[in-house]
Amino acid sequence: MSKAMVVKSGNRLNRKVAPPVKDAREFELELPPYVRHSLSNGVEVYAIDLGKVDAMMVSWIFDAGNSYETGKGIAAAVNSLLRNGTSARKAFDISEHFDYYGAYLNRACHHETAELTLHCLNQHIRELVPVVAELLTESVYPEEELAIYKKNAQQRLQVNLKKSDFVAGRLIDSYLFGAEHPYGRYNMPEDYQALGREELVQFYRKHYQHGACRIIAAGKLPADLIPLLEKYFGALPLGEPAVGAAVPEFLIRPAGQKKYRVTNDPDGVQGSIRIARNFPNRHHPDFQRVQVLNNVFGGFFGSRLMNNIREDKGYTYGIYSYLVNNRQESAWMISTEAGKEVCEPTIEEVYKEMNLLREELIDEEELEMARNFAIGSVLGDLDGPFHVASRWKSILLNGLDENYFREGVRIVKTITPEELRELAVRWLDPAEFFELVVV
Amino acid sequence: MTIKFDRFELANGLRVLVHEDPSTPMAIVNVLYDVGARDEDPRKTGFAHLFEHLMFGGSVNIDDFETPLQLAGGENNAYTTNDFTNYYIQLPAENIETAFWLESDRMLSLAFSEKSLEVQRKVVMEEFKEHYINKPYGDAWFKLRELVYLQHPYRWMTIGSELRHIEEVKLDDVRQFFFKYYRPVNAILVVAGKVTTRQVRELAEKWFGDIPSGEKYVRQLPREPRQEAARRLEVRADVPLDALYKCYPMASRTEKGYYVADLITEVLGSGTSSRLHQALVKEKKLFSQIECHHTGSVDPGLVVVEGKLIKGVRMEDADRAVEEELEKMRAAPVTEKELTKVKNKTESAIVFEDMSVMNRANSLAIYELLGDANLMNTELDKYKAISAEDMLETSREIFDHRNSNTLYYYSEK
Repeated sequence: MSKAMVVKSGNRLNRKVAPPVKDAREFELELPPYVRHSLSNGVEVYAIDLGKVDAMMVSWIFDAGNSYETGKGIAAAVNSLLRNGTSARKAFDISEHFDYYGAYLNRACHHETAELTLHCLNQHIRELVPVVAELLTESVYPEEELAIYKKNAQQRLQVNLKKSDFVAGRLIDSYLFGAEHPYGRYNMPEDYQALGREELVQFYRKHYQHGACRIIAAGKLPADLIPLLEKYFGALPLGEPAVGAAVPEFLIRPAGQKKYRVTNDPDGVQGSIRIARNFPNRHHPDFQRVQVLNNVFGGFFGSRLMNNIREDKGYTYGIYSYLVNNRQESAWMISTEAGKEVCEPTIEEVYKEMNLLREELIDEEELEMARNFAIGSVLGDLDGPFHVASRWKSILLNGLDENYFREGVRIVKTITPEELRELAVRWLDPAEFFELVVV
Repeated sequence: MTIKFDRFELANGLRVLVHEDPSTPMAIVNVLYDVGARDEDPRKTGFAHLFEHLMFGGSVNIDDFETPLQLAGGENNAYTTNDFTNYYIQLPAENIETAFWLESDRMLSLAFSEKSLEVQRKVVMEEFKEHYINKPYGDAWFKLRELVYLQHPYRWMTIGSELRHIEEVKLDDVRQFFFKYYRPVNAILVVAGKVTTRQVRELAEKWFGDIPSGEKYVRQLPREPRQEAARRLEVRADVPLDALYKCYPMASRTEKGYYVADLITEVLGSGTSSRLHQALVKEKKLFSQIECHHTGSVDPGLVVVEGKLIKGVRMEDADRAVEEELEKMRAAPVTEKELTKVKNKTESAIVFEDMSVMNRANSLAIYELLGDANLMNTELDKYKAISAEDMLETSREIFDHRNSNTLYYYSEK
């Protein structure tokens, strides 16, 4: 189909025949490189100078995720309250400073890392970087701000606990990794109540003020960016981020029981279905190969799960499968919300699709579609400095390098139906999957 | 930064805009149809959106929309608003003709498959449940729209006012809707990315040129009468926290008042340095979260304040505290610093949004719908021209208590 030519009969267009397309395998995909700079204290800056708009982002990434915390919720609270008071400025003054220059200062706390990310117009960077430095060195965690945070976070959690998708997401992670593991642990309202200022300050001191940090900058970068970062961060007592064996790893204890049915809201009209298995991390040779298999299975709109469960049966608004973005160990997850009365048939169809992939070879057209879709989306994703930066971030934080990207592209272009069936036999055994429905 | 584009019309009335950007390897093909939920029959609401789903169910010559697009390395999606329906494809620029082939065939005619209708009815009903029934506070906006709009069809949500309307849709309704609204004369095609105007002109003539023009749809919607007195509504539901919603009618999309109202909502409720957050979350501790935004619609929209109350706070006290803040907007002009802040924020939001070629294509289509695609390039100047006096005057109009619509959403437990 893809190689067909447009045939004109007389002057009439033949609309039945698709125009020719350039095949995915012919596209050259290159991840634009970064330039690495080291500040005097050894902190590394990965600079991606791309784009034609005078706008940029800088991300300060610390080893300060919830893997490092000594009590539930500390890492997230410390990260969230980074902009709520320094020795010189109150929370309002900090917010107003960034807002005044039209900048966005976002925080995010993950399992291994936590970050502070600034997006701004280039013309304002010199007014903003000094205040970011202040937040990372002079935060004081005022009692009053902590009290507001605790109360509001508890209230937000109460609302979320009414949502079946939120509850299902927490439970499935705890089955996969164990309720003690940083990936499987979750907060209850009383955990927020237990947060104490002293613990927060200690965490901040250890993991931010004297923490391990790397910086990623992207955009049409101003010439004086590196000297500016050197001036404000180059003399701070910051160390190098943990790599390889130095990354803390925790014992993974998957649950013994595989199947769960949970009633969260007796009046709920839909069930949140999660079907998942433990899966190795990005360093495993099957990881990127399974990503191609996952595309066929449930990775995009043209996938088998979507075609069967949404487009043929209408059980759901959407169904997707994906490999979870974890550093120590991943998981292969299938996720959907389906009508309460069709949850069980939905699960049955998911297993049916697994078995089909284990038994039958994927035909050439379907594989070509998955390949081309994957290449097209990488191509689209390499468009613009922020997308490129987020690719690099994932590679760097997982302790990989540009070969990982090249290898991924090579796999997409060359993997065979036989290899994919072999992978399905190895990784898509329904007996290995946890199964959860929360209504 | 000025967004350059070329514009031409085909003989059948299809408006075509081209935005060349050779720096990306991708092309965007965006088709906007001038029909949204506001054009629906009050007894058949949710139809425009259900129809959007059916646009993926096969067209007259192509039974499967997705497969050939994915073979060409493309991705696509669509959305429906109260005002219009927009479809977009992103794909490697070399394969752009695939997008022309697909989009033109579904503009020529759908396949009108019974099976597709049957399945998408169910899919949309699940979408309805997922977003509006199975979510705490999911029904609040159904109630607010009915409270505020008595005449204008913004009275109902894009998803529809009830599940039954979707259940009852017939294939004949689908056919009529298509041939009334989905015609070249009611559509705008925007092509952006690594393309040239010459190439787009040829492809547009080739693929869209022979589609029958159709009849221009002339919209005649009831105007919402001016509100004369404050309105309020109370509901009780099984939600964990009390919530307060307040809505005030504002100007339509192209009036000056729209830009002023946009900045007013920024001062009041955007970000943690905004007035409502600072006064009511941080100082008075009445709300755990509060925001102020507007609906941004083409016809006169709404300024909205919505917040969740701290447990134990009385609704009346929270409401009064919000009104005090709105009263301050009517009593004294915003400070120069506040004005500069919200203008800087607006400028920055525009720059970041326009970094994506897909957003640029989408915006060009919307501004063309509003009457002139070049509005995209004059927006920022309109914001920059706004004075503190303008803000004061417009705040006085908007926040007049006779214009208020208040919903007390009580937690039953």
